[in-house]
Amino acid sequence: MNIHLTDQPIDVAAVLASVQDEGAGAVNTFIGTVRNQSTGRRVVRLDYEAYDAMAVHQMRRVAEQAREKWPMLCQVAIIHRKGRLEIGDVAVVVAVSTPHRADSFAACQYIIDTIKQVVPIWKKEEYEDGSVWVAAHP
Amino acid sequence: MKLKIALFGIAKEIVGSSQLELEAPERQSVADLIAQLRAQYPALNALTSFAVAVNSEYAPEDYCLRENDEIALIPPVSGG
Repeated sequence: MNIHLTDQPIDVAAVLASVQDEGAGAVNTFIGTVRNQSTGRRVVRLDYEAYDAMAVHQMRRVAEQAREKWPMLCQVAIIHRKGRLEIGDVAVVVAVSTPHRADSFAACQYIIDTIKQVVPIWKKEEYEDGSVWVAAHP
Repeated sequence: MKLKIALFGIAKEIVGSSQLELEAPERQSVADLIAQLRAQYPALNALTSFAVAVNSEYAPEDYCLRENDEIALIPPVSGG
């Protein structure tokens, strides 16, 4: 498993290379990028804060859960950025390899959806006229 | 016993510090800690939710805290 939290730009090609596997007929990748607007407001940048040790632990846990649900999983990579990100930057990459494509789509979606629910990383959206911690308030 | 609580994101802004030290009775539960923090920092009540993590795991409300536990307040996460 290639599981990392980093304050450096993510090398997507290197992440893809890390899930290459001779037993895999499918590689599925999710790339989360920084969007320029949110609920109608213009976003100028994002600041990601992480509880590093727990974030890595929980990302590893999510990968292990995926492996239990899809025992045929060949390789898994989860790389998340932290720190300041600009519009268009890559915030997260999930890549999985499996023998057949259906499992690769399902496992990749499970991993990114679960990351968003459990991994202690917080996103602050910076606008031209203020900032908001995403999802903090109802 | 003395508890050290790490704070992140909006919880850090509400408390005004990245770490909080609290004096707590022995075997204080997570539920009691949450109640104490809600009373001390009413702005926490406006959050969608918050959880307590102990040693990098989400802790159930009936978990009894120990002095050397690594405790963190986890406001609503928004990674990805």
